Amino acid sequence: MLSELPTGAVGDTALLSAVRSGDQGAMASLYDRYSGIIYAVALRVLRDTGAAEDILQEVFMQLWRNPALFDASRGNLAAWLAVIARNRSIDALRKRHPESDLEDCILSVEPDLAGDAERSRAMERVRGVMGEMPSPQRSALEMAYFEGMSHTEIAQKTGEPLGTVKTRIRAGLLALRKAFA
Amino acid sequence: MSTHEQFADDLALYALGVLEGEGRSAMEGHLRECPACSTELQRLRGDMSLMALSALGPKPPQRSRQRLLDAMAREPRQAQALRTRHWWSFVPWLAAATLAIIAVGFWLQNRNLRESIARLENQAAQQQAQLQRAREVVETLTASDALRITVVAANAPPQPQGKAIYVRDRSSLIFLASNMPKLPPEKAYELWLIPTSGAPIPAGVFKPDARGSAQVIEPPLPAGVEAKTFAITIEPEQGSSTPTMPVVMVGAGG
Repeated sequence: MLSELPTGAVGDTALLSAVRSGDQGAMASLYDRYSGIIYAVALRVLRDTGAAEDILQEVFMQLWRNPALFDASRGNLAAWLAVIARNRSIDALRKRHPESDLEDCILSVEPDLAGDAERSRAMERVRGVMGEMPSPQRSALEMAYFEGMSHTEIAQKTGEPLGTVKTRIRAGLLALRKAFA
Repeated sequence: MSTHEQFADDLALYALGVLEGEGRSAMEGHLRECPACSTELQRLRGDMSLMALSALGPKPPQRSRQRLLDAMAREPRQAQALRTRHWWSFVPWLAAATLAIIAVGFWLQNRNLRESIARLENQAAQQQAQLQRAREVVETLTASDALRITVVAANAPPQPQGKAIYVRDRSSLIFLASNMPKLPPEKAYELWLIPTSGAPIPAGVFKPDARGSAQVIEPPLPAGVEAKTFAITIEPEQGSSTPTMPVVMVGAGG
């Protein structure tokens, strides 16, 4: 079984293929690989360990129940899981029904996060970019991403003009993209 | 994106799921018609996913991993269920399928039998009708009260006449006679089939009634004999195996 190989020796595609065959060990390997990212996002959004664990469980069980939801055309698995986890966490935070179906999410992202080393390097780079951002820009981006606040809510909270908030959020995302170009 | 600059900032908000109200509806309408903005949306979602890497925090508790494993064990997926299904779990389905096939077979057989019965009943009815008609013909020919009139030339005295109808393939013979002279009680007429080769064959003994009429219906004859002619002789009442001269009546086939 794939899960018997050393961690990191098997790609996401092979693990997903094994999951499609019902290999629980392969699913456990994916959990070991990405549960840290998903849990961190959920905990940052929800600020509650129990609720973050629920999100973690929900995301992986969705993948277990229907691994065909994800394919290579949807981007890399880590990014896809991260977006799903963040969106589900925001839905839970705002006590609203999930607005994003798993299968609807298609994304394009450069770094491959399957390997432990690549994942660590990507984390350092993202944190570096975020650290270098002007504080109002980083703050606007984090309020939108981790708190699910609309630009109107952010503008009300910060006292900034709506247009400025919009531009800062977009510019922040483009800065992250540029760091991996 | 230069031609879509008016949507650029809103597209980032839409990727984050925080665009609300009319702006959201307008964006969704635009995305349906704009491949370039749809592609940019995918890239922005990719950028957004990188934000997750900025989140710092503890690792998930070990119990979460076990919780997931337990949940997966309780919820084997369809693909896995199929993979581990034992061969005997298909037995009920096979049995049901076999019974269905047998039922269809019986139904087809039953339908064929019904069609055969209907066909045979139709044939039997036709044969019954033919038999009834044949019986009526024979009864008419052989009825004792039938009026038999031989039409001859005017003013000619009535002459003894016989009409033999013979079908070789069925060895079937019907002979009708009229105006036959009365015979002594110990004598009878005997009809002979004269074959194209070989000795005459007895074809029935008869005595005319009071009006000189007589008939021989289906006498026993050997199969497939070709008749050259028929002849009548006067024989002892019980008949003879060879004709006794003279021949009193004779006729040719035609």
